[in-house]
Amino acid sequence: MTTKTDKIDRLAELTAARAEPEHGLGLWREAFRRLKRNPMAVSGAVIVLLFLVIAILAPWLAPYDPEARTWDHEVFQNQNIFVGPRAENWLGLDNAGRDELSRIIVGARQSLLVGVVATGLGFAVGALLGGLAGAAVGLGGRVGQRVDAVIMRVVDMLLAMPSLLLAVSVAAILGPSLLTVMVAVGVTQVPIFARLLRGSMLAQSHSDYVLAANALGVKRRRIVLGHIVPNSLGPVLVQGTLSLATAIIEAAALSYLGLGNPDTSYPEWGSMLADAQRFLSGAPQLAIYPAIVIIITALGFTLLGEAMRESLDPKLRK
Amino acid sequence: MLRFIVRRLLQLIPTLFGLSILLFVWLHRLPGGPEAAILGDRGTAQQRAEIRTTLGLDEPIWVQYGRFMKRLASLDLGTSIQSGRPVTEEFFTRFPATVELALTAMVIATVVGIPLGYLAARRRGGLLDFGAVTSSLVGICVPVFFLAYLFKVIFAVNLGLLPSSGRQTPGIDATHPTGFYVLDGLLTGEFDASWDAFAHLILPGLALSSIPLAIIVRMTRASVLEVLGEDYVRTAEAKGLQENTVRVRHVLRNAMLPVVTAIGLLTGGLLSGAVLTESVFAFGGIGSFIRTAIDFRDYPVLMGFIMLIATTYVLINLLVDISYSVLDPRVRVR
Amino acid sequence: MSLLTVDELTVTFTQRGKPDVRAVDGVSFTVDQGEVVGLVGESGCGKSVTSLALMRLLSGRNVKIGGSVVFDGIELLKLRSEEMRDLRGSQLAMIFQDPLSSLNPVVPIGVQVTEILTRHRKLRGEAARKEAAVLLEKVGIPDPTRRLREYPHQMSGGMRQRALIAMAVACAPRLLIADEPTTALDVTIQAQILELLKELVDSQGTALLMITHDLGVVAGLCDDINVLYAGKVVEAAARRPLFAAPTHPYSVGLLNSIPRLDAPRGEPLKPIRGSVNDNIAWADGCAFAPRCDHYTIECLQGPPALTEALTGHRYRCVNPVTTHEPPAVIATEDGR
Repeated sequence: MTTKTDKIDRLAELTAARAEPEHGLGLWREAFRRLKRNPMAVSGAVIVLLFLVIAILAPWLAPYDPEARTWDHEVFQNQNIFVGPRAENWLGLDNAGRDELSRIIVGARQSLLVGVVATGLGFAVGALLGGLAGAAVGLGGRVGQRVDAVIMRVVDMLLAMPSLLLAVSVAAILGPSLLTVMVAVGVTQVPIFARLLRGSMLAQSHSDYVLAANALGVKRRRIVLGHIVPNSLGPVLVQGTLSLATAIIEAAALSYLGLGNPDTSYPEWGSMLADAQRFLSGAPQLAIYPAIVIIITALGFTLLGEAMRESLDPKLRK
Repeated sequence: MLRFIVRRLLQLIPTLFGLSILLFVWLHRLPGGPEAAILGDRGTAQQRAEIRTTLGLDEPIWVQYGRFMKRLASLDLGTSIQSGRPVTEEFFTRFPATVELALTAMVIATVVGIPLGYLAARRRGGLLDFGAVTSSLVGICVPVFFLAYLFKVIFAVNLGLLPSSGRQTPGIDATHPTGFYVLDGLLTGEFDASWDAFAHLILPGLALSSIPLAIIVRMTRASVLEVLGEDYVRTAEAKGLQENTVRVRHVLRNAMLPVVTAIGLLTGGLLSGAVLTESVFAFGGIGSFIRTAIDFRDYPVLMGFIMLIATTYVLINLLVDISYSVLDPRVRVR
Repeated sequence: MSLLTVDELTVTFTQRGKPDVRAVDGVSFTVDQGEVVGLVGESGCGKSVTSLALMRLLSGRNVKIGGSVVFDGIELLKLRSEEMRDLRGSQLAMIFQDPLSSLNPVVPIGVQVTEILTRHRKLRGEAARKEAAVLLEKVGIPDPTRRLREYPHQMSGGMRQRALIAMAVACAPRLLIADEPTTALDVTIQAQILELLKELVDSQGTALLMITHDLGVVAGLCDDINVLYAGKVVEAAARRPLFAAPTHPYSVGLLNSIPRLDAPRGEPLKPIRGSVNDNIAWADGCAFAPRCDHYTIECLQGPPALTEALTGHRYRCVNPVTTHEPPAVIATEDGR
């Protein structure tokens, strides 16, 4: 006959073996844990990290000066003679006899800068408008509703304009410059962020747990700061990551329309791609290289953003 | 239903009103003006002033705005500074081209995207699913103008399969009662002209469809996956219904709801993409005309075109809302 | 011969990177022609999964089903899916727990009723609509012709469940499976729906497999009762012996946890401590041991066998409750 302690120990051992290991993790920690296991997120993160490293270390990574026309005597664009990849120039030369690889590497900086500043701008203004509207609705009352209606009308107006036309008119007003590209792309992001933040704030404030917090007498300010804002932030963060991808592509489109940065002392993927279209039959690689890096970078941000969306969505959790 | 439509149309008025003020102030702050574009660098100060006076640009901006609104009341958007023709006429000769292009792209995107998204969801985790998800993720990231150029070089220039630019082959002499070239040919019986116009639409249409296609595939897939897990699909299966009935009536019917909304929202992006695609294929739509209008500071054209585009966009979304309420009885419009 | 014989049914869910979950672990029971059988247990005990497995509604690569299910001499688990489709809705029908989510929100009720008539009884057009109205009338929906045009969201919870029942009995099936049909409804409606089910089953001679966590429902309705715990049948008996002399400590706990009107005021309820998640693998011993007041070290020495008493009363316990607690008297309105 065994003793009573044996009995308890054996049971404890067996139950412990069946215990759920992932009990009681926070939303964000759990989301991060899921992200780490998602191949989409990992590949996106690797691309984004690589892009960041290249952009930051560009001057040291580039084998040559991206502007030096060291080999221009070898290139005759009017006769369609271009130099392809070779030992000293891994990606060959561009139409002005410059090292293509160095231009691509240094070009990462401009794309990063445009992407980050434009998205930051779009987010700042959009979040301000959306947050204001959301808060106004949250405060309620006739005044709150008015404020919300006015802000959202403006946002809807921005949304009613095709985003590229919006960017083109901004670019036309400010005149071509690097700042113009950033502002023009940023403006197109404003209505997206505004709608998103307001929408998710409203959804949150109507959710059962906010009602419950209200019923428990939690202070209004604590509900907004402690519940509504953190829970609305997820979608905004996702949109921010996705917007970085759009910003890089739209900046390229502006360059293509001739509204890019006229200062050519720094190479930029969009204008490289736009310029190269002239030689597409003779030297398709000159268009394909910048196109590929644009696509890969945008893909990196998209993958990361989509994976984040999935991991934050409670409906998709399992 | 009728009251809903009327109310939505009435709501359009303040939106357009606000947009017009915003645009007016905005556009008139553009550096330079039509006189610079007309005269180039040679004009004297006096010539410039003369042109500004004839165009009424020397008056205070609110007077100009007042005149604009007065004309608008009689549905007159003014005359183009570049061509001297009425803005509405300029718009409606070019609009059908853009509509044709956008419609082609949307048809490609939905006809390919919805079945593909459905199949990907049904075979979740399979090869087709992986392919559909991957290519749609890449599809969103490819710049439209690059894709357009690539198509043009490969299929038109190198392989010579399809025309590389324009809306119809120059030699063709066809009448255009509506301005929709494909439709015109069918109406007048000039089927070869129809076919020719259609061939001109294929490449730009394909390029333009890339982004909506990618989005529709992903949305359909996600939506079908969600619906497949719903209790009512299980009920339908428990009733022993034929697979096709379950598929169409119970799965697709519900899964299409969010996709329909997305299609409405995508039209805005489609118009943006059209500007780029039109310029690659020298397709004479509104996109390319707006580009030159900006360079020319053609204020009436810019004002008119952008407002007409915004109206179109709002109307499309109204259409989407109406079809949504037909598809989903829970959202009965009030 | 029984209408339905379930023998050693197992359902295992597999997921990459996670251990397999055996939701149903060797369940056996039978349902005779016209009989009402209860499948009772807490949420998570595998009762719903059992019912879905019977109907072959568990699909996907990550589900493995073993054992055998014989319906009217046919092995259901080996049928081709097209043949199963012909049986579902006509021979075997099912009613689900949540009537709102179980009805297609964008299709009128009428279509959802007529589609099953078209499928199995080849009724079309006006004939199908007439029959659908008759069915709605039969399940107690007033003004059926108008209701046929309505959408699920326009009806009340009770009406929706009646509509679902109408669909289930549309082809006079031989076996009706009801998975918690009253859980999502108001108490007053619950009684009506149970009454309706009983009437339909009696009048059509349909056998009913009632899946519930509510012993009150079982007491008023079922001829035979199977108590499930962690995927296994832990006790099976006819209604009277089960309520009069529950043998497995889990059944005893379930009966004791029912609030009783004749109990002295202020007496606390007696819940079973812990939750379904506090279990151990059947391979190691009795899964109920961590929550059991009667367990000894013997309970932890391998899976307990099913003991069958002469009366047909079966229980899976090494320390059955011998000194019976006062039998829970539950009012049963019929005298069967």
